[in-house]
Amino acid sequence: MVKIQTIQPRKKRFILKDAARESNLFINRVIIGWLFMLACLGIIVARLLFLQVFDHQQYTTLSDQNRIKILPISSSRGAIYDSRGRVLADNHVSYSLEVVVDKVEDSENTLKQLRQIITVTEEDGENFKKLLRNTRRFDSVLVRHNLSEDEVARFLVQRHNFPGMDIHANFTRFYPLGPIGAHVIGYVGRITERELDQVNSLDYQPDDFIGKTGIEKFYEKELHGKVGIQKVEVNVQGRILRILEQTPPIPGKNIYLTIDMAFQKYAERVIRREKASIVAIDPRTGGVLALASMPTYDPNLFVTGMDHKTYKKLLNVRKRPLFNRAVRGQYPPGSTVKPFMGLAGLEYGVREEHSSTWCRGWYRLSDHPHKFRDWKRSGHRSVNLHRALEGSCDVYFYDLAHDLGINRMHAFMQRFNFGKRTGIDISGEARGLMPSREWKQKIHKKNWYRGETLIVGIGQGYSLATPLQLAVATAALSMRGQLRRPHVAFALDEPNTGIMKTVSSSPEYITLKHENYWDIVINGMVAVVHSYRGTAKKIGRRSRYRFAGKTGTAQVIGIKQNKRYDARKIAKKYHDHALFVGFAPLHDPKIAISVIVENGGAGSRTAAPLAKKVMDYYLLPNSPLRLASKSKKL
Amino acid sequence: MQANWDTNHFFHLDKPLLLGLMLLSSIGLVVLYSAGGEDISLLVRQIQRIGMGFAIMIILAQIRPQYFLDWIPWIYLSGILLLIAVLIIGQSSHGSQRWLNLGLFRFQPSEIMKISVPLTVCWYLADKPLPPNITRITIALLITLVPVLLIAKQPDLGTALLVAASGIFVLFLSGLQWRWIIGFLSLLPVLLWSLWQVMHPYQRERVLTLLNPEKDALGAGYHIIQSKIAIGSGGLYGKGWLNGTQSHLEFLPERSTDFIFAVYSEEFGLLGVLLLLGIYIFILTRGMFLAAQAQGTFARLLASSLVMTFFVYIFVNMGMVAGILPVVGLPLPLISYGGTSLVTMMASFGLLMAVHTHRRLLSS
Repeated sequence: MVKIQTIQPRKKRFILKDAARESNLFINRVIIGWLFMLACLGIIVARLLFLQVFDHQQYTTLSDQNRIKILPISSSRGAIYDSRGRVLADNHVSYSLEVVVDKVEDSENTLKQLRQIITVTEEDGENFKKLLRNTRRFDSVLVRHNLSEDEVARFLVQRHNFPGMDIHANFTRFYPLGPIGAHVIGYVGRITERELDQVNSLDYQPDDFIGKTGIEKFYEKELHGKVGIQKVEVNVQGRILRILEQTPPIPGKNIYLTIDMAFQKYAERVIRREKASIVAIDPRTGGVLALASMPTYDPNLFVTGMDHKTYKKLLNVRKRPLFNRAVRGQYPPGSTVKPFMGLAGLEYGVREEHSSTWCRGWYRLSDHPHKFRDWKRSGHRSVNLHRALEGSCDVYFYDLAHDLGINRMHAFMQRFNFGKRTGIDISGEARGLMPSREWKQKIHKKNWYRGETLIVGIGQGYSLATPLQLAVATAALSMRGQLRRPHVAFALDEPNTGIMKTVSSSPEYITLKHENYWDIVINGMVAVVHSYRGTAKKIGRRSRYRFAGKTGTAQVIGIKQNKRYDARKIAKKYHDHALFVGFAPLHDPKIAISVIVENGGAGSRTAAPLAKKVMDYYLLPNSPLRLASKSKKL
Repeated sequence: MQANWDTNHFFHLDKPLLLGLMLLSSIGLVVLYSAGGEDISLLVRQIQRIGMGFAIMIILAQIRPQYFLDWIPWIYLSGILLLIAVLIIGQSSHGSQRWLNLGLFRFQPSEIMKISVPLTVCWYLADKPLPPNITRITIALLITLVPVLLIAKQPDLGTALLVAASGIFVLFLSGLQWRWIIGFLSLLPVLLWSLWQVMHPYQRERVLTLLNPEKDALGAGYHIIQSKIAIGSGGLYGKGWLNGTQSHLEFLPERSTDFIFAVYSEEFGLLGVLLLLGIYIFILTRGMFLAAQAQGTFARLLASSLVMTFFVYIFVNMGMVAGILPVVGLPLPLISYGGTSLVTMMASFGLLMAVHTHRRLLSS
């Protein structure tokens, strides 16, 4: 039947089909098809229900992560001024060239093209390629920093040849005075990964600057200010389209120092080419007047970067220009401790003002053959405390130390801050060392010998002090027991509010049984410079004001029992350190000073004159020295 | 039926269907304005295309289906020839050869097949009693599979699937016995496996990406992830028109074409999606209703298969944008920016209306 139908003419075909059955079948299929479609669209609705209702929160977060970026707005770093308002550190605009990673197709070629208009060293190039590999594609990386104005101009003309590359203006730290006071001010450098771990990561970016030494480091938090936050909406290319929210940055505080840089410069200049340190403190306030550590360096080098050769020079093992001798250098204090030992003797009642000791040029413990020599081979004959200070008699202080014992010496000297950090606002301060029985047992696991007590009595042996500690102790002595924490910052000023906060240190009082113990010792120190027998009589002879001082000559190497110290026969690096501490004017101390000249020989000959010059400059406004240095611009 | 005549039809157009299509294209233009970054010229071009689509629909609606009955095999055969021509001398773009350059414009022969295949299968099955026997099923399948393979070879998987579906739908609607349907479904794994074998690496990657988009979040999975974020962050009520961040900040790729549904979902939320689906379901239902009323096997099969093909567009596009189907590059009908498929779809609606509005004449 089917076969017959196929050869039928078309018009008749419909008749032979079972129309009703086909129609039913078709309607049936249409309904099934319709239901099938509805079911499929139901799946879509279910899926959207999941995405848009159940997981809505999650996708909203993802969407916000796409579009919202939190950008820090860096705060401007506070400036540093000296006591006269001279700028010591501030921020200059510098230009860097950056490129969006995504836009760099061929780094070699880009560098080649770039080198035709600006200098890009091999090192810069290598750095750039390294950054390129380690940065996400929409971020920009540094190609070169510190472009000169000329280079900026040349690049801007050619900019269309470098897609995605642009000049960025950044603030760079600048130290107008260069090396002057560098050890006080310190410097900033790019933050290291370790430093980044230690600070609040919101406050710093990986290429930010952070204070590395000196004031810059100690007051990092204050100088840095508070980073602002910008919530921005970005598109897929990372371009910022609008700012959603903004917390403005709080600029860092400006810091005013107690130091007058003209004075600081003078203190550095008088040292000349020696390795030396001069610390001058106003004993009335604890404010540091000068803190010279020579040789010094130019802190700007650390901001802008330097070549390998320059850096190697700064690391010179012998000169160590980066080493802040004033706060980190630890030296045997030598005879400069004698005034304090004298005070201890009086305080503990083992000596009286007039009790005298016979000095025959050496001292020996009763049961030991070792001879502890006096610097003066012929001896000082009969000396009381006054005379012992005046002539710096070692034997007197050997005997005194013997009678005091190490424990009492240790306890007393600690009250003057020996062996303790002074707490100055310059980072990296050394502690010095005032030895004790316990200390030796703990560190060296050895018993204390009585002989060691004797040499601690003249500031040798294990004793170590920083120039700053000596100055602080001397200042306390000059103020008859008012010990103040030294500080370099005079005031911190908040630019936003204009509030100026001064830095002050409240004194700690060292009280003795009798007030006149101070006079006894101070008089001895006056005799050091003003008496005809004084070890530093030369500097006091024509002084226009009365002052007090004490010389010190610290041995660097031990001299054998039967040998004499002869500077001509030993290398310079084993020469004695020359020291001097003092304060002036006598009755109204305005300056306390300590001077250490490494391998400078006798304190009286090398250190004392430096101290006198510095004190003169400070105390005599019309001194020829001061006028001469003032006429020149700083 | 008679009573509806005057209220529902004029110029051989079905008014409810026309209303649905106009509503859809209006929504499409609104979304496109947002998705295209508020670009007026883009909108103008799309309006021109929609105009052209409607014109073609109106023209086709005027023609009695039996007038082009005799043309059907010839259109089909020339379509096959053109597909072969494409493989030999076609122009490539994005790694596949789909276009023929006819001087004035570029032309995608696979587009013809979207209508021509269901037409031809309908034509072939209509002159015999239904359901079809095994020989006729085989021939109907061959009519479908030849162009499908040719299109898949270009490669254009989306169109190939669509053409395959349109042919198979005709078979289903023609009353194919359930044992064949079940047999076919059980063969599906084997078919999928062989499909996997002929797939191009980029197509396989798309499928793999669908299964685990996070595996390659910045590469192949990027489209799907961003699309899901757009939809999901839209929530119940949406972010509001022109406020979609995923689209306006350009995180969403292909946002005015294949992924426009994500833009819509982001800005109008689930409620907006339900409205859109409602309109689609209205059109599908009206289409199926018209098909059910159609007289004669050919008219019925044609009308219903065209409706189901239209459905495939909707389902596949939404499915891929929502991340449950692989990304195969099918537009969302009447919403996505683009002309070719729009014209094809409007043409099929023209045929659908013709089938319906000429039926009295057909039966007389």
